[in-house]
Amino acid sequence: MAKVLMKGNEAIGEAAIRAGCKNYFAYPITPQSEVAEYLCKRLPEEGGVFLQGESEVAVGYMIFGASGAGERVMTTSSSPGISLMSEAISYIAAAQCPAVFVNIMRGGPGLGGILPSQGDYFQATKGGGHGDYRLLVLAPDGVQEAVEMTMQAFGLAEKYRAPVMVLGDGMIGQMMEPVLFPEDLMVPPSNKDDWASNGMATRGSKKRNLVKSLFLDPAELNQNNLTLKAKYEQMKKEEVQFELYNAETDYQVLITSYGTMSRVCRTAIDMLKHEGIDVAMLRPKTLFPFPEQATFDAAVKDSCKCVISIEMSMGQMVEDVERCVKGRRPVEFYGECGGEIPSPETIIEIIKGLI
Amino acid sequence: MGKTFSRPQALSDNHTHYCPGCTHGIVHRLVAEAIDELGIQEKTVGIAPVGCAVMAYNYFDCDFQEAAHGRAPAMATGIKRVRPDLVVFTYQGDGDLASIGMGEIIHAANRGEKFTVIFINNAIYGMTGGQMAPTTMPGQRATTAPAGRDTAQTGMPLRMANLLGELVTPGYVTRQAVLNPKQVNKAKKAIKQAFQYQVEGKCFSFVEVISTCPTNWGMTPLNALKWAEDTLLPYYELGDYKTPEDE
Repeated sequence: MAKVLMKGNEAIGEAAIRAGCKNYFAYPITPQSEVAEYLCKRLPEEGGVFLQGESEVAVGYMIFGASGAGERVMTTSSSPGISLMSEAISYIAAAQCPAVFVNIMRGGPGLGGILPSQGDYFQATKGGGHGDYRLLVLAPDGVQEAVEMTMQAFGLAEKYRAPVMVLGDGMIGQMMEPVLFPEDLMVPPSNKDDWASNGMATRGSKKRNLVKSLFLDPAELNQNNLTLKAKYEQMKKEEVQFELYNAETDYQVLITSYGTMSRVCRTAIDMLKHEGIDVAMLRPKTLFPFPEQATFDAAVKDSCKCVISIEMSMGQMVEDVERCVKGRRPVEFYGECGGEIPSPETIIEIIKGLI
Repeated sequence: MGKTFSRPQALSDNHTHYCPGCTHGIVHRLVAEAIDELGIQEKTVGIAPVGCAVMAYNYFDCDFQEAAHGRAPAMATGIKRVRPDLVVFTYQGDGDLASIGMGEIIHAANRGEKFTVIFINNAIYGMTGGQMAPTTMPGQRATTAPAGRDTAQTGMPLRMANLLGELVTPGYVTRQAVLNPKQVNKAKKAIKQAFQYQVEGKCFSFVEVISTCPTNWGMTPLNALKWAEDTLLPYYELGDYKTPEDE
């Protein structure tokens, strides 16, 4: 199959269809509205459902309802919209329903701005909603990976019966890149008859299914939380994804960076290499589960003097990096989050200051 | 002699947690009877609210989902859109539907979502212990309005059936009561009609049911029925506010 040139937001919409998702509910918000504009044309062609909800709050529950009824479903939004959906995400996690949320991050807090940001790392990985739940978070670094991760997200959501988030940013949503839609990432339909409230007749059963999150009995609630925790522990074992760049060298500095920011760091690393300076990068592709061991291993390499987390935020992922490095190396931070992406030259200057 | 009266199949045999004199039990039964008579139990999905009916799924015998406070119409929209062949209903109280869930109900009704809403209006928050609802009557006492609802501060009670009846989108919107046997029979017909419209794929259907809350009104069940008759019904007039035939 040939590559096609597509805008990130549209490619995410197409990826959902290719992964076998025929249901999409959303509310417009910059910089991701093109997903909705794309899918409102494409889904009817596929016999699918497109609905623009009245708010992100309502959309969150449309997703919950559709998922609870056993259908594959996705929404996309951007930071303030994800805040509003976070209530539903908590319920969906508690009720153990699979659903895919895409956050094309913009600057915050508050209304913030409409330019790219990575300010929602905490919200995505530490729980935007209430209670003891985690989101499996995939962080693409470009349009191709946004396609692949969107497709993978459906399989992961169904494997764990849990909400999964694809965490991109306004740059990934807005830029155009050539993409392939890998056929091997199509997600075969999974049987949801054991738990979905899809109507007793649908599954030929006399036993009804309940989709719920209320457990007034303390032992039952504790058990539900233990069940959720077991999934998160399994994710930590089975789903960690990361990339090491220039790590075979005797690097003095290890950069940790993800998404759009990691693309700039990659360029900076290449430019530094020309000057004879080796710097490596560890790029988490899953933000939860975080590549804990890989981060530690890369940081404690003999040649490595220090670690720096470079983000389009005021310092969020750096807390996970510090946690993983366990004090064995100094962990520095550089970030900008007004919407301007730090240039390779800025990164080079920062790195040189560390050596 | 054969059995002439029994529990509807769509109702479980669990004891309810509802207070003595509460009319939830009656409405549950009416919904279950409608489900039985239309033969739709096996393709019905109910949505429980947050409020006294949060555990309605313990009393109905069909698939159920449990919504967050006020969000039942959004969940019902999600289910009905992806599975139009299922019969979907929400069962919500006045705090749930008319306060925190106002946005969801108006928009679901206005889109003409083809599901059924059973709306219990007893003019107070029940489960949380008697706080003022948007439907609380002027002067009616509540734990958050100890001197009685002051309409200068909180406005007049919302009349949901009237409000939804004003929408231009076709639908079935009716207000019923269950304060005496005659009303119960009429409410039964309305609830069955609401489900019937859904089964026919015709329109959004909404049945408001004027109910009682003896516990939080601080009344005996009998006095509660009388108070509802005397105080609620003159303000919340019974009848159809919209039918699909209107158009």
